[in-house]
Amino acid sequence: MEQILNIALPKGRLGNQVYEMFAKAGFPCPAVLEKSRKLIFENEERTLRYFWVKPSDVWTYVERGAADIGVAGKDILLEYQPDVYELLDLNVGRCRMAVAAKAGFYDDRRRKLRVATKFARIAQTYYASLGRDIDIIPLNGSIEIAPILGLSDVIVDIVETGATLRENNLEVVETVVPISARLIANKASYEFKRSQILKLYEELARQVEEETP
Amino acid sequence: MEQERTLSYEEQITERLRSLYRCYGYSPFKMSKFEEYDLYAQNKDFLVSDNVITFTDRSGKLMALKPDVTLSIVRASRPGQAEPEKVYYNENVYRVARGSEGFRELLQTGLECIGPVDDYHIAEVLTLAAESLGLISEERVLVLSHLDAVTKALDAAQVSGETRQALLEAMRAKNLQGLLTICRTAGAAPEGAAMLEALVKFSGAPRQVLAELEAFPLLAQERRALAGLLDALEAAGHGEMLRLDFSVIPDLNYYAGIVFRGFVGGVPDSVLSGGQYDKLITKLGKSGGAIGFAVYLDLLERLGPEEGYDVDLVLLRDADADVLTLQQTVRTLTSQGLSVRVCRHIPEKLRYRQTARLQGKEVRILGTDSEYRPSEGQTGKSGL
Repeated sequence: MEQILNIALPKGRLGNQVYEMFAKAGFPCPAVLEKSRKLIFENEERTLRYFWVKPSDVWTYVERGAADIGVAGKDILLEYQPDVYELLDLNVGRCRMAVAAKAGFYDDRRRKLRVATKFARIAQTYYASLGRDIDIIPLNGSIEIAPILGLSDVIVDIVETGATLRENNLEVVETVVPISARLIANKASYEFKRSQILKLYEELARQVEEETP
Repeated sequence: MEQERTLSYEEQITERLRSLYRCYGYSPFKMSKFEEYDLYAQNKDFLVSDNVITFTDRSGKLMALKPDVTLSIVRASRPGQAEPEKVYYNENVYRVARGSEGFRELLQTGLECIGPVDDYHIAEVLTLAAESLGLISEERVLVLSHLDAVTKALDAAQVSGETRQALLEAMRAKNLQGLLTICRTAGAAPEGAAMLEALVKFSGAPRQVLAELEAFPLLAQERRALAGLLDALEAAGHGEMLRLDFSVIPDLNYYAGIVFRGFVGGVPDSVLSGGQYDKLITKLGKSGGAIGFAVYLDLLERLGPEEGYDVDLVLLRDADADVLTLQQTVRTLTSQGLSVRVCRHIPEKLRYRQTARLQGKEVRILGTDSEYRPSEGQTGKSGL
């Protein structure tokens, strides 16, 4: 008998989109989409258990084996570098990690660059690759106001449409890395629930290929 | 049996592993808790974590609480022997555990075979790794890889050092799309890129994977080596638990040849890892080869059965109970294999199977399964 496959999905719009892909791949659990405060849903017949978690926590559930598989953004994987398999780019939740600054910003290389960000490791790695000396200013939200208030010279953050940046008179200076949602798996689960995980992987890979122009 | 009751699950496993390693002629290796920091500073990449607890001893030497065992064993090994040295250990190491900020003391057991290592020794160490997993759980998997196959594919791809690192990261994460993108953007040679793709794509049932790799004549030597090992492990009855997977890639500066990782059901991480580390031997100025593995006992903490009770029997006594009678009663009960706690009041969170009271020279059972918890007023009354 197959063991229950535990799947951690990121709460929110991306999670719903990803669930549809999973259901289409033959891993349905209709209760997931019901409007309720429940966070855990089970489809006993299909030996599946889904749970909604905060997007930035998905990797923790997967790395520690509470979830066998999950969906996490590439930004989170780059920032936290969890010890998990990154099996598939699901080609959804596409955006980019970018450097943004006040319109007309000039990077004076004689000065240390002050970078406000939620993604300290990504920013460090990026600027290290350019040989640029920086001062990281860690923030947890409203990053866009940092350059406006003079707290930082630039920000490194996720940019989807760029609307928030424009509204705050900021513009993208450089793209650091493209971002999308990834299917991740726990390394031990991959061995013990191999056939279920590979079946899901293959079905999702087929969907991604069909959707790719 | 009584010893099994008092040992924790990890301790029971440790004892079984020690006895397994002794059976194969491995000798115990005991080492100091401290080593000179230099040993670790020069081989930082070999360590699981490069954070080390250091202190200065009275002679001014910078010392470290050992974060690793293998380095110490290799340093103490005698080069130029006709036969490899075979040792096993059971030691605490001090590391920053993954995902945590602070240092932890972690119990680790394992074995090392150092010197002129040949095919027999490799098969023996792999067999012991498989049997170690078997002693821990019935649900187990041993994943094998051959690092030379990975190195040859990388060489054939003809890419720069930075790209090699990126490719290795993609392989470790089984990130096939990432690997193909890197190959494409870096202009990797097609033959190497095809080999790398195959090494990520094919994993699982060993014979099947080896058959897939027949398409690459450059990897024939590694295929033969793996096939030979599979023959040996299958003959020893471990075929079912084996997988081939080239995402097992420890640091290439130290490891080459056969590497492996072991999993048991119920533990979300690999509980065993090892391989051939000939390059470390050379780095430390010695000659010959080496293979070994470590079992991470701290990960087994939650595997054992939950202890339902702290004590079998709570024996309630009156304040004026006769000490000699009490002592004699406890001796009789413990000789029957029961654990007994004598007390006047039952501690609040104590979990016990039975409660009894000594009346005269007789033990009268009052209740079972923690159901009897006398109130403060009741305790000590003789008429219960």
